[in-house]
Amino acid sequence: MSRIELPDFGLERGRLVVGGRDITMVLILGIALVALAIAAHPLTNNIFYTENNLTNIMRQWPSYGYGLIALGMFFVILTGGIDLSVGSVLCFSGLLAAGCSLWWGLPVWVCMLVGITSGVIWGMINGFLVSQFDLAPFVVTLATMTTIRGACYVLSPVALTPTDPGFRGVTSKLIGPFPPAFLVLILFLIVATVFFNRTPLGRSTIAIGGNRETVRLAGISVKKGLLTAYMISGLCAGTAGALIASRSGTIQPSAGAAYELDAIAACVIGGASLAGGKGKIRGVIVGMLVLVLMNNILSLRGVESYWQQVFKGLIIIVVILIQSRSRQKD
Amino acid sequence: MSLSMREVRKSYGTAEVLHGVSLEAEPGQVVAIVGANGAGKSTLIKVLSGAHRMDSGEMTLDGQPLNLKNPRDAIERGIRTVYQELSVVPELTVTENLLLGALPKRGGLVSWKQAHEQAAQLLDNAGFTNVDHRTKTGELTVAKQQMVEIAKTLGDNPRILVLDEPSAVLAGSDLDSLFELIRGLKKTGTTVIYISHRLQEVLDIADKIVVMKDGEFIAEMAPDETDEDHIIALMAGRTIEQIYPERRQEFGEETLALHNFTRPGEFEDISLSVRRGEVLSIFGLVGSGRSELVETIFGGRRIGSGDLMIHGLPRRFTHPTQAMRAGLALVTEDRKRTGLILGHTVSENISLATMKGLLLQMKKIRAGVSTMTEDLSIQPHNCAALEAGQLSGGNQQKVVLAKWLLTKPSILLLDEPTRGVDVATRVQIYSMIDQLAREGMSILMVSSDLAEAIGAADRVLVMREGSLVGELEASQTTEDEVLAYSIGTKKCQE
Repeated sequence: MSRIELPDFGLERGRLVVGGRDITMVLILGIALVALAIAAHPLTNNIFYTENNLTNIMRQWPSYGYGLIALGMFFVILTGGIDLSVGSVLCFSGLLAAGCSLWWGLPVWVCMLVGITSGVIWGMINGFLVSQFDLAPFVVTLATMTTIRGACYVLSPVALTPTDPGFRGVTSKLIGPFPPAFLVLILFLIVATVFFNRTPLGRSTIAIGGNRETVRLAGISVKKGLLTAYMISGLCAGTAGALIASRSGTIQPSAGAAYELDAIAACVIGGASLAGGKGKIRGVIVGMLVLVLMNNILSLRGVESYWQQVFKGLIIIVVILIQSRSRQKD
Repeated sequence: MSLSMREVRKSYGTAEVLHGVSLEAEPGQVVAIVGANGAGKSTLIKVLSGAHRMDSGEMTLDGQPLNLKNPRDAIERGIRTVYQELSVVPELTVTENLLLGALPKRGGLVSWKQAHEQAAQLLDNAGFTNVDHRTKTGELTVAKQQMVEIAKTLGDNPRILVLDEPSAVLAGSDLDSLFELIRGLKKTGTTVIYISHRLQEVLDIADKIVVMKDGEFIAEMAPDETDEDHIIALMAGRTIEQIYPERRQEFGEETLALHNFTRPGEFEDISLSVRRGEVLSIFGLVGSGRSELVETIFGGRRIGSGDLMIHGLPRRFTHPTQAMRAGLALVTEDRKRTGLILGHTVSENISLATMKGLLLQMKKIRAGVSTMTEDLSIQPHNCAALEAGQLSGGNQQKVVLAKWLLTKPSILLLDEPTRGVDVATRVQIYSMIDQLAREGMSILMVSSDLAEAIGAADRVLVMREGSLVGELEASQTTEDEVLAYSIGTKKCQE
């Protein structure tokens, strides 16, 4: 006897449920995103959907807090941790990349690679401290955030502006309609999706956040999983740093301050739980898009950046309120 | 105070859990409610304590309607409940826990002198004189914490006291003082609703025994009208001979052996051996060191001293990975804390211990998961995408078992394999254990369920305070004998 199993679809205590899963949040965010994307054009005096603006978004997005950094932060949050040092790491990597070009005249790709590598190393240090000594991630990365920021000023107390025109050139030429930075972000997202969904190490990051002891007793190395997550975060922050230095052609030792908050916001809006063990990459992408759209629309309307912060904060509060209600289901 | 429940019904979603139960309890009466897990006992308690609202039915206390909207209502009407899960704050002292929210004050400041006096008085009234009210509660044994909790409820002179499985953690003299207390409460006219798995104590203490099965009361009787086997048969809907499989086995070579295995403070000088095809059980009360023992064998804790031999070779595992490679698997005691990732899917849980290689082979994983869910008949059907936390206790346990069976172990360590599992699932698990042993697996099972430690095994070892104190053939021993060893032979001889 065979029959087709339809997922049950219905309302349960005012929440939309499909196949036993609460999709209210997904639906609300989806609708909000579409509405935002439609309203964007009129809201911005018909500037939003112009080639210039779109190119601009794609050029800037990857190196902001809700760009690559949010993706790295996602893996750390999955494990139940947090990485507050990403803004400082971004700055350090950017300075180092710029310094390599300015001080030693190294080829651009070497500069980029050095910058990115330094990010990975900072991530490794975070991961080592968290996993090896079982320290609280918040405290560890708070300390490294300060340390690395200090190191940035040691590296250069003033802005670094490489003279090699290739340093800017590497990210300013479009490949087809796309800025290279955007393609880097897409590449990272694809690799991250495969890593997260299809590799034992990737799965172990979310499993660790779900129940660390169960994972340990299942013969999986918790230390390795944690180390990996923080290294990914360092890699993403380092790459964003190299990109931002190249995009602007100059980098301040104060760059990237408070970027960690945007990154966390993107993850949380996308449904990742700060307690760990819960989250999807497509959720983070939605979270990134919400912030990108909002930032761009508000900037084009000439809203002051302070007001932008107010809006961002309010959105986060609304989203987590909705999420906590859906978790209270039982 | 007489309590009356009539035709009480309760559903969660579409599933009705209480099918119209009725109960009368007189002042000073001890009513024991027994039933397998999933019979609806917890739901009944939650209705009675105001934690959940009944859908229909009627409850009265002394003829006055009892309309409980929340736990506060119940407490105000004199109904106090001591839950199985402890609700003490471990970081606070016993005094603070006892007087939580009601610390005596003088001039706006807490008067500690008075507080300690009141706390000592509360403990004294309850008869728990061996609990020091100045210690941090988390440093007490689970049994003593439970006593603190009970003493706390007594402070309000409850008219109805509901005890949810107090004996799950109490044993020996602690249990005696609880019984003493209950007898004292009877005299003052307090009604005690006593939920328990342990039938012997129920027969000892209760005035009335109510058997619950599948959300209904199926029998109500006085203790002298019944006995343990009769109650089990009622609870399970089958007799005890049908619960445990017949074990007659030729055993193979020694697969796992311990020599003077020690971890200071947890267990000492443990020597044992398990053979191929054998089911060896270790019986011991909570805190006897048995869970620590199996976890150490599995590499989850560091070995203190002594030797571990696997298939004749000396081994020293420092991480569970190594134990797994050597063919071991460990089904831990507490599936919620160490066995499952509750928020993740059944499929993710089952495949957790077998993820390897560079890329996961999704087809192979799906096939493995579906074979396991079918073989172990994990309910509901097609549950692979459900969150593990949504399954019933018995099915959660099967998910943990499935995870480890997928690793194809040759030595299976089971720590309380049927804790909080309904009888039907228990029977399935026992027959599975039997089947695996017949296929040549060696099984070391830790249990605090007497009947299970004897019924499901070939040989029983008894553990007490970290040491092995007895070794018995399962077919030739009795529950009394095993229990006697576990609590110290001399004390137990009557």
